[in-house]
Amino acid sequence: MGQAAHGTSYINSEKGLMSWLTSLDHKRIGILYFVTVLFFFLVGGIAALLLRAELFAANVTAEGVATAGQIFKNGDTYNQALTYHGAIMVFMVIVPGIPSIFGNFFLPLQIGAKDVAFPKLNLASWYLFMIGAAMAVATLFMSRLDTGWTFYTPYSIRTGAAVSLMVGAVFIMGMASVLTGLNFIVTIHKLRAPGMTFHRMPLFTWAIYSTSIIQVLATPVLAITLMLLIAERAFGVGIFDPKLGGDPVLFQHFFWFYSHPAVYIMILPAMGIISELLTTFSKKTIFGYTAIAYSSLGIAAVSFFVWGHHLYVSGQSELAGVIFSFLTMLVGVPTAIKMFNWLATLYKGSIEFRSPMLYALGFLFLFVIGGVTGIMLAVLPIDVHFHDTYFVVAHFHYVMVGGTLMALMGGIYYWFPKMFGKMYSESLARWSWIFIFVGFNVTFFPQFILGAMGMPRRYFDYLPAYENLNRISTVGSWMITVGFVIALVSIIKALKSGEKAPANPWGSKTLEWMTESPPITHNFSHEPVVTEGPYEYK
Amino acid sequence: MWFLALIRQANAETFMPTQATEIATSIDNLYGFLVAASFISCAILIGGMVYFAIKYKRQSANDKTAYITHDTRLEILWSVVPLIIFLVVFAWGWVIYHDMRQMPKNALEIHVTGKQWAWMVEYKNGVKSPIIVVPVNRDVKIILTADDVIHSLYIPSFRVKQDAIPGTYTALWFNSKKLGEFHVFCTEFCGTQHSGMMTKLRVVTQEEFDKWLVEESEVSLLPMAQRGAKIFQTRACASCHNVNNDVVKVGPSLYKAFGQASHELDSGEVVQFDENYLRESILNSNAKLAKGFGPRSAMPAFQGQLSETELTALIEYIKSLK
Repeated sequence: MGQAAHGTSYINSEKGLMSWLTSLDHKRIGILYFVTVLFFFLVGGIAALLLRAELFAANVTAEGVATAGQIFKNGDTYNQALTYHGAIMVFMVIVPGIPSIFGNFFLPLQIGAKDVAFPKLNLASWYLFMIGAAMAVATLFMSRLDTGWTFYTPYSIRTGAAVSLMVGAVFIMGMASVLTGLNFIVTIHKLRAPGMTFHRMPLFTWAIYSTSIIQVLATPVLAITLMLLIAERAFGVGIFDPKLGGDPVLFQHFFWFYSHPAVYIMILPAMGIISELLTTFSKKTIFGYTAIAYSSLGIAAVSFFVWGHHLYVSGQSELAGVIFSFLTMLVGVPTAIKMFNWLATLYKGSIEFRSPMLYALGFLFLFVIGGVTGIMLAVLPIDVHFHDTYFVVAHFHYVMVGGTLMALMGGIYYWFPKMFGKMYSESLARWSWIFIFVGFNVTFFPQFILGAMGMPRRYFDYLPAYENLNRISTVGSWMITVGFVIALVSIIKALKSGEKAPANPWGSKTLEWMTESPPITHNFSHEPVVTEGPYEYK
Repeated sequence: MWFLALIRQANAETFMPTQATEIATSIDNLYGFLVAASFISCAILIGGMVYFAIKYKRQSANDKTAYITHDTRLEILWSVVPLIIFLVVFAWGWVIYHDMRQMPKNALEIHVTGKQWAWMVEYKNGVKSPIIVVPVNRDVKIILTADDVIHSLYIPSFRVKQDAIPGTYTALWFNSKKLGEFHVFCTEFCGTQHSGMMTKLRVVTQEEFDKWLVEESEVSLLPMAQRGAKIFQTRACASCHNVNNDVVKVGPSLYKAFGQASHELDSGEVVQFDENYLRESILNSNAKLAKGFGPRSAMPAFQGQLSETELTALIEYIKSLK
């Protein structure tokens, strides 16, 4: 295994499916994750389309009484679709997405390493992830999983048997992400090329570093919580179940102690990609390298102390609410710093509107809106009104889809030539951006207004007053779909008949562009020696 | 002055529900400020981005760019200014939140229990109601709990929300300045009929409230069929179903309907018009449609809407239509 001669690309070094499934090459493992995440994105996306189709029209009378649905027979099936959409998109797409695809593929390349520190562990992580994913898929054949992705007790203790298996699946996928995170941390500390000091690392690597720290520290808490939930369901231990003297709100505290930092697991790698895209396509050094690098770490640190802002109306004390609101405001500062630094990077640059850059600019646009609405939600009395309404739904889609997914798409187009050695059609890629960007705003902006009007989330049905905006939102979801179909076509077309990509098509300065496209199995024919920072466009 | 006008302007355009309490007004003012501040931030960041993108568009592959690594003064500026704004809105929010969490003394206390999938409202004199009725201009404290899973009581027009948690009590308060009916939602996911778990909050004058309390306390003493007749009116059954003769309004007439041995259905099937048929049709009107009323019923499903005693009383009333 891995005995390819110098000069053979990692794709051609060995042939056959088994060579991929047993590969220890971080690049091949990155591709395995790419295919896996893409598949689950498709499944989660179909669930989302069904939800939006159901919400196309109100089935409720003015008296507030529900009748039969548009496409789902009743609330039960809708609630299951909602749960699969949330759980798949969070645990199988957004959380693992950027770190496991691009982190695996590009982290070693960016620091001039041959591979990650523990290649076998890396492959084991993917298999763990697949076991978790298979368990998650198996729940489809069991009695209903309808808790929402948050698994709140005591509902999750009482509903269908599928909950235990799904929770077990998330536990195992969490384990996979801890191992990956550990692998990355050790790789960054131990395998940097000569001259690659911490302050010469590309910002994407910095972002993956911060993310990995959160993954390693926070995921075990989720794991414990999920184990307790399984124990509660299987043995009735009575930690969360009020009927047995437990406290159901305790689950929420445990859950968000992981899941709030997890929000930063989702967004930090995206921010890393954006830094790479903006410098490359402005042909200009990043503004405030140190500030961006350390604000990632700052966000990582503070993110552990803000979980209570999910619990303002759960009955926690006024003092707790005030403290969490204050700390949440503090997370806003490093985020604002990054925004301004990116803006300043554009200043006096030479901006080229390639599709990765369009996705990066789209990210900035959407993330600003996601950010300011996040501040609104951090303000105590405002959140009391908006909590669990469509305002929250709109906010976190602006952050996670407008943020992470836009960055993921930008990353795919940016690194595609490197990963596959082929160029894609620029015009198809731009069309995909237009549909996704416009469709996204059409889908989610009306949801801010719906939330302000008081429409609760996770509703199978709603009052007629909310119908017009819901209709617009559903039409938007179709536009996004068109965008993703175009993107898929552009990728398939490029794989089949794309022109051969040069080593560095964009004129980037980071190390991954200094080797061939696609890279050889050992990444570099000679170990690179680093003599300057990552963005020296002089 | 212009600033207050700006806030008021912002308020008018934020699509918030009716402001029925003073708290709602102060929350909307803060929200108006946040919306204005957000628009300004977006204008700076997005506007700046678009401006730079156009101004510094690549002219040729050999463009020279400025080499600017950082600027300490600017970086301090854009760290400190957002921090100050964040702290201002935090403190402003705290002041309002403090008012919301201080339960007023001498408030009218009402117990509300969430249950899959309805709210049970109970007054101190023992009246139980599916809707919340309160007097205008009076401090009202709602003491919440839940029977089964977590629910959350949300009254958009009052800008209040509080989780109802089994095994513990939580509370919220309001003082409505407006008469009328307001929506009440459940906002914590609670299963199949979560979205159907809504009710009304009716704000009436003190006199009407006192009268309503007395009347309601007498209802439970009425014979079953008479209680059913009241439900038939309050649930607006009478607007579609005739009870005095055979004339069809919107739905089938219920006059002398009960007891038919061969009641014809739209599907051609023939069933008996008995208690169980009535029960099924009230809870899920599409289950068995009467002949000529297919293929879909216009009648809402009352599954989860009526208590067992209400349902029985309603059936007894329909039985009495002879």
